[in-house]
Amino acid sequence: MHKPTRFILAALLATGMVACAKKVKEEPAPVSDAVAPVDTTPVDGAGRYAATDLDRVPCLMQRVVYFDFDRAEIRGEAQEILGCHAKYLNDNATARMTLEGHADERGSREYNLGLGERRGNAVNAALQANGASSAQITVVSYGEERPTCNESTESCWAQNRRVEIVYTAK
Amino acid sequence: MPTHARYAIAILLFLLLATAGGPASAQGLSIDIVDGNASALPIAVVPFAFEGAGLPPDTDVAAVIAADLDRCGQFRALPKPDIVEFPVRGNEIKFATWRVLKQDFIVVGRVQDAEGGAYRIEFELFDVTRQAPLLRLAVGGRPGELRGAAHQIADLLYEKIIGVRGAFWTRMAYVTAVGTNRNIQYALMVADSDGYNPQTVVRSREPLLSPAWSPDGRKLAYVSFERGNSSIYVQEIATGSREVLAAHKGINGAPNFSPDGTRLALTLSMSGNPEIYVMDLGARRNSQVTRHFGIDTEPVWMPDGQSLLFTSDRSGKPQIYQVAAAGGDAKRISFEGEYNAKASVAYDGKRIAMVQGSGNRYRIAVLDRALGESRALSPGNLDESPSYAPNGSMILYAAREGSRGVLFAVSADGRVRQRLVLADGDVREPAWSPFRQR
Repeated sequence: MHKPTRFILAALLATGMVACAKKVKEEPAPVSDAVAPVDTTPVDGAGRYAATDLDRVPCLMQRVVYFDFDRAEIRGEAQEILGCHAKYLNDNATARMTLEGHADERGSREYNLGLGERRGNAVNAALQANGASSAQITVVSYGEERPTCNESTESCWAQNRRVEIVYTAK
Repeated sequence: MPTHARYAIAILLFLLLATAGGPASAQGLSIDIVDGNASALPIAVVPFAFEGAGLPPDTDVAAVIAADLDRCGQFRALPKPDIVEFPVRGNEIKFATWRVLKQDFIVVGRVQDAEGGAYRIEFELFDVTRQAPLLRLAVGGRPGELRGAAHQIADLLYEKIIGVRGAFWTRMAYVTAVGTNRNIQYALMVADSDGYNPQTVVRSREPLLSPAWSPDGRKLAYVSFERGNSSIYVQEIATGSREVLAAHKGINGAPNFSPDGTRLALTLSMSGNPEIYVMDLGARRNSQVTRHFGIDTEPVWMPDGQSLLFTSDRSGKPQIYQVAAAGGDAKRISFEGEYNAKASVAYDGKRIAMVQGSGNRYRIAVLDRALGESRALSPGNLDESPSYAPNGSMILYAAREGSRGVLFAVSADGRVRQRLVLADGDVREPAWSPFRQR
């Protein structure tokens, strides 16, 4: 082994040891990093969601619903999220939302436009079943035209098969 | 360094950058043949002589003709370095030389001055074995339009030898997307069918898709999201004047002109789910063709204008169906492959190109209706948007290379493929134009 290489290795090992040693003595995590439990009860005394809850209540902060390939059925994990949004719409009659339906890149673009709309309609139906009014919801399909992820991989496709909830009036 | 010398260098550099590479590479379009066809007809296109008084044209007419014949898959043009004699007229051809070179056909020609600064291109086609003249014609062209003149000559040679009208002097429409995420610039482009002379028809910050040619080649219908939702526009290419044809609630998509240009098939989901409609372009009245809860979309006219092919998932997965343009029962016509969509019909109505999916593999397949069998034509994994040349000799389609979209032109037999790449962005949604009118 060359001398300079040995020196660098030694230096690397030393810094590594320093880092390890430091870790042992590490203080408890600062308060800002801690997970603060959020109270999901609406601020309004009557148990109703208000506009400020959209950026505060975790289930209302979730605005994306994902789908299986070539399917438009709402998965179990999305039911709770949609229940929250339906309640919000029900509690706030002037609130309006656009459901943007999307598909992954596989298959033809116009068919995917249909698929994105079918997903948007499925979310729309779930929201209405939970008390939202049809007048509050608009569905727009972008098909595969607005991917959030541009690789041709399963994980990327899974991120692109989605409906995005966009509040146009709170 | 003296100041004026520095200026001179700066100007030289600018000129070099401005003119580098010619029209194709300036737009970032590169063209290369990726497969070859050993059984294609050998033809020698001898460089055309310039017999005019002024400057020779900057287009190598014979090279454009040879490239056209090469990429269609039915010919194999003799490479330029292998051309050792340069006859300009039929009586100068030594047929023995071309027999040794194993050529079936030879083309000679010359470019001459014509009135008003234009050129006249005379050309002659010979059968080498029989030493017989097959064709002797002249085509005119203005400076800057000689690629077009060369494509017209290639069309005449093709028709004489193959017996079918050539489709080299045609255009293609396609969509480009440059940028990422919310910063994408979309453009609807029109270029010569070999990728040269690209011109922007529409530029948009919102998605553009599904360009469709009017049968006279003067207009394009397309889908734009510029109004927030999908809308169908029709635009005159030469003037840029355009109008909205459909902007209903829901999807407004998949426009396709009827063969006589009086009607437009389209997809609308205003009833709640995507259905096929036919719009009378004169009266602007829609008649509904399909009524099914499945996704019905991508209607294309059969050449007789009597019926439509479309994509529907009414049987579970997308498949191709046929329905009378007046409506009625739809008949499924694709049975091989679990996913078939986006049909493109050859001019004879006997072959149908489509996207065929199996597992994670999507390729272009051609269904032969007489045999009832389909055959894969492309080797990719995410190939889509097939579009037949107006003479059925080739198919344009879109493919993925890494995370970028590129276009391919493949001969109808699948043997010769050519790649058209836009250097910095996605190229997609190719649509081959109808024949051009002289």
